[in-house]
Amino acid sequence: MEDVTIGLEVHVQLNKLKTKLFCSCPLNYHDSPPNTHVCPVCLGMPGAMPVLNKEAVKAAIKVAMALNAKIQQTVVFDRKNYFYPDLPKGFQISQYDRPLAFGGYVIVDVDGVEKRIDLKRIHIEEDPGKLYYKGSITVAKYSLIDYNRSGAPLLEIVTEPVMKSPKEARAFLNKLRILLEYLDVFDPELEGAMRVDANVSIAGGGRVEIKNISSFKGVEKALNYEIMRQRNLIKMGRKIERETRHFDEAQSITVSLRSKEEEQDYRYFPEPDLVPINVEELMKEVGKLPELPEEKKERLKAQYGISENYAKVLVLDPKMSDYFEIVAKSVNAKIAATWVVDVLRGELNYRGWNFLKCFEKFPPEEFSKLLNYFLEEKITEKGVVEVLRTKLDQGGKVEEIVEKKRLFAIPKSEILNFCKEVIEENPKAVQDYYSGKKQAINFLVGQVMKKTKGRADPEETAKILSDLLK
Amino acid sequence: MVSLEDVYHVAKLSKIEVNEDEARKFRDEFEKILEYFNLLDEAPESEPMYHVLELINVFREDSPKICLTQNEALMNTRHKEEGYFKGPKVME
Amino acid sequence: MKISEWRSEESCYEATAKMLKRIEKSELNAYITVCKDDALKLAEKYEKRELKGKLAGIPVAVKDNITTKNIRTTCASKMLLNYLPVFDAHVVERLKQEGAIIIGKTNMDEFSMGTTTETSYFGVVKNPYDLSRVAGGSSGGSAAAVAADETVLALGTDTGGSIRCPASFCGIYGLKPTYGLVSRYGLIPYANSLEQIGPMASCIEDLALLLEVIAGKDERDSTNVGKSFKFQRSFKDFKVGVLKDMGASEEVMEKFNEVVDKLRKNFYVEEVSLQSLKFALASYYIIAMSEASSNLARYDGIRYGYTEELSGSWTEFFSKIRARGFGEEVKRRILLGSFALSAGYYGKYYLKALKVRKLITEDFKKAFGKFDVLISPTMPSLPFKIGELKDPLTMYMADVNTVPVNLAGLPALSMPIGFVKGLPVGLQVIGNYFEENTILNFAIEVEKTLDSSER
Repeated sequence: MEDVTIGLEVHVQLNKLKTKLFCSCPLNYHDSPPNTHVCPVCLGMPGAMPVLNKEAVKAAIKVAMALNAKIQQTVVFDRKNYFYPDLPKGFQISQYDRPLAFGGYVIVDVDGVEKRIDLKRIHIEEDPGKLYYKGSITVAKYSLIDYNRSGAPLLEIVTEPVMKSPKEARAFLNKLRILLEYLDVFDPELEGAMRVDANVSIAGGGRVEIKNISSFKGVEKALNYEIMRQRNLIKMGRKIERETRHFDEAQSITVSLRSKEEEQDYRYFPEPDLVPINVEELMKEVGKLPELPEEKKERLKAQYGISENYAKVLVLDPKMSDYFEIVAKSVNAKIAATWVVDVLRGELNYRGWNFLKCFEKFPPEEFSKLLNYFLEEKITEKGVVEVLRTKLDQGGKVEEIVEKKRLFAIPKSEILNFCKEVIEENPKAVQDYYSGKKQAINFLVGQVMKKTKGRADPEETAKILSDLLK
Repeated sequence: MVSLEDVYHVAKLSKIEVNEDEARKFRDEFEKILEYFNLLDEAPESEPMYHVLELINVFREDSPKICLTQNEALMNTRHKEEGYFKGPKVME
Repeated sequence: MKISEWRSEESCYEATAKMLKRIEKSELNAYITVCKDDALKLAEKYEKRELKGKLAGIPVAVKDNITTKNIRTTCASKMLLNYLPVFDAHVVERLKQEGAIIIGKTNMDEFSMGTTTETSYFGVVKNPYDLSRVAGGSSGGSAAAVAADETVLALGTDTGGSIRCPASFCGIYGLKPTYGLVSRYGLIPYANSLEQIGPMASCIEDLALLLEVIAGKDERDSTNVGKSFKFQRSFKDFKVGVLKDMGASEEVMEKFNEVVDKLRKNFYVEEVSLQSLKFALASYYIIAMSEASSNLARYDGIRYGYTEELSGSWTEFFSKIRARGFGEEVKRRILLGSFALSAGYYGKYYLKALKVRKLITEDFKKAFGKFDVLISPTMPSLPFKIGELKDPLTMYMADVNTVPVNLAGLPALSMPIGFVKGLPVGLQVIGNYFEENTILNFAIEVEKTLDSSER
């Protein structure tokens, strides 16, 4: 969409840390009652003071490195002064003109075309609390506030306004999410893990900001709706003014949040209760980054001889490629790749599970065992799938399931015998086959299946029969 | 130099309601005080000094500590309901 | 009353009860909250030998902007009228560890914003030497209590002179430690980059002991340097710099010059001028007000403090609470602070003030290359009459000698050097970073030159 300009501000909660950014409250608040993960610091009580979480900074440095950003020598926290009921101090400790890093980029693939998305900056800040309403935001007479989230460590990643379509925006977010998973700094499944503010403008019009979208799908939907809304207004000859809007997930529309509010004056100044960070030492502690997707993809190709396509898919999820590598220890890599990508992945998806869950539900060693049964011709392809599904749904050891379901395949010699028997016992069908009714072979296959109680592989049986009948 | 508008603007930024009399009084006072502050224009250029100490890299370990109980958190207010703080409505 | 005098009393319990009676009957208005029951209980404990530590059984008054768990902490403001902190300040923990008897929370200027305690929601603290005059601020209650035997020791806080001014006006000793020596965890902030908690007492030994107890490492304050303090008596050939730019009224200067002349007999004394000091007051107020405007943003009526029925939108509610909970001076400083930080003015005011701060700090550093201590009168005048300072700017000007010290983060003492017209006069002694020992040892030398009537 040539006339469209999109920029994103992504807030990532570093929820794999154990404590908040400036206090030692435990970060695992997601299933806890309200206001039970709070202390004088994150409640903004008078006299409390912030102390910086070292691991949070290290995690942020890792992200900046992975995003190819320029990490600054001296990093400072600033107060962003504004009022809101979810902001206990009446200011947010954030970063203004000396943030963690400037620049950076991510390469995304949109419909086969590679594009580089440039970043503007990356900085660290604290999360505010959460507001709830009895009923909806518009009718509630008061708000309910839970400060469990207040003070959680956030990373804000700002892109340059270089995306040209909602699809590109979505691709960027997906790529970003994968990178972050690889760095093991956040768990995307937890509530509030990633929030996006999307800015969109159409050539010549003002920039509209859509705040606080909490899902990737939502981002794409919001942008699509907004672009359409703006195009309609332009068609009617109206001008698009700068404004802030809110995305209504339920109705998939954007609504105006602040009407013509003057630009917020945040009156930034350095947080006097914190001292500057000199990153040199921390960078040493962070050291090298773990293997990232690109690297891993190349390595998998080189090490296992699998194709670019399979490698590409395997690295989409670090746990999937980890799983694959364990399986590939005892199973031919190409076969392992096929089964993991083409079959297992689909079965997991169907059940709404990811590969992390798969480690628990179907340990890779067990999967190797299953695949080896297949490769040793002990069970059929169909059998593999059946065992797979059974174990995923009901559990149990692979060997036991195969036994129970009597899936152990019949050796070829036995099938040969059964085929010979069937041919002898069914002369009419054989006659039909010879006289041109090729479908008669299906009947014969059926007979063999009866004799083997379904354990014979139908295709293989058909082949043996037709060879015999030649 | 300092207008009534300035006073109202800064009162809005600071979320402090001021009536007309107060605004006028503040305006007169601010005029004098800011004029005194203008003395700084005569001071020579320099680097800004944000901290008197040369401390850097003060951190804490990522280890959880015991926090307040819900009661302690809510103790100092009467605006509470089912464990939440109650705040005024958010939509204007 | 000195510690030595207190300890010579037969019964700690009796002495404490007597002191509490004195407080009850007092006209000074030095206290906002008196911890009568707790104090007596602790005195009892002391008598049973169950209270141990460097300050065992010694009454200490704590300024009411320092949090004390479950003891009302108000900052002398309607905004925190019934606020009960859920944690003790670090210094309070230290006091308790050393067996001190926290006798009460002292009166002060609202949120430490003032030089006389006239901005207190609870009314002004009167000067023990003249009830028609102010005790000084903002730690007026702490100073008056020490001076009037309503406590033995006290903690004050000093952002721009708030320990030194009342110490001077009430004729006692008050020290602002080097920035970063004493933990600010639990100090309800007015201006974070300028303030410190400090000791106030009636003699140098007591002051030193209290400083020993409160100074030291606290991991909850990121600006704390982790140094402790131990008083070491020593004699030195002090090189004394007299700060020419810090003046005072004629009568005060007369007293000051008497001391200077006496010092010349024993030490090297020279006048020194710091060029940038004339900008100090403006720089101080801009920085302090800017930080204050942000520090006080948390008072919105939701989690603690002054509140009313929830009504209207949140902006209306916040604005109403803050208008009704804060006093006039506090509002003034919040508004001016927001102004100094606001778009378009940030460079001219806030940033410029920080640049001036660097100049002042450099000037002091140079001076300390030559001198061991720098001295001046603490206050530019004798204690003001209540209601004398009629407009804000005049009030701010009273801090002219004390604020430069906070900008540079240096330690400074105010010690009594005599009386003029029956009113106390204070000498300010400024030392280099972490040179509290130098200051105290010099103070002992100054004391030696004074007649007994002047101490």
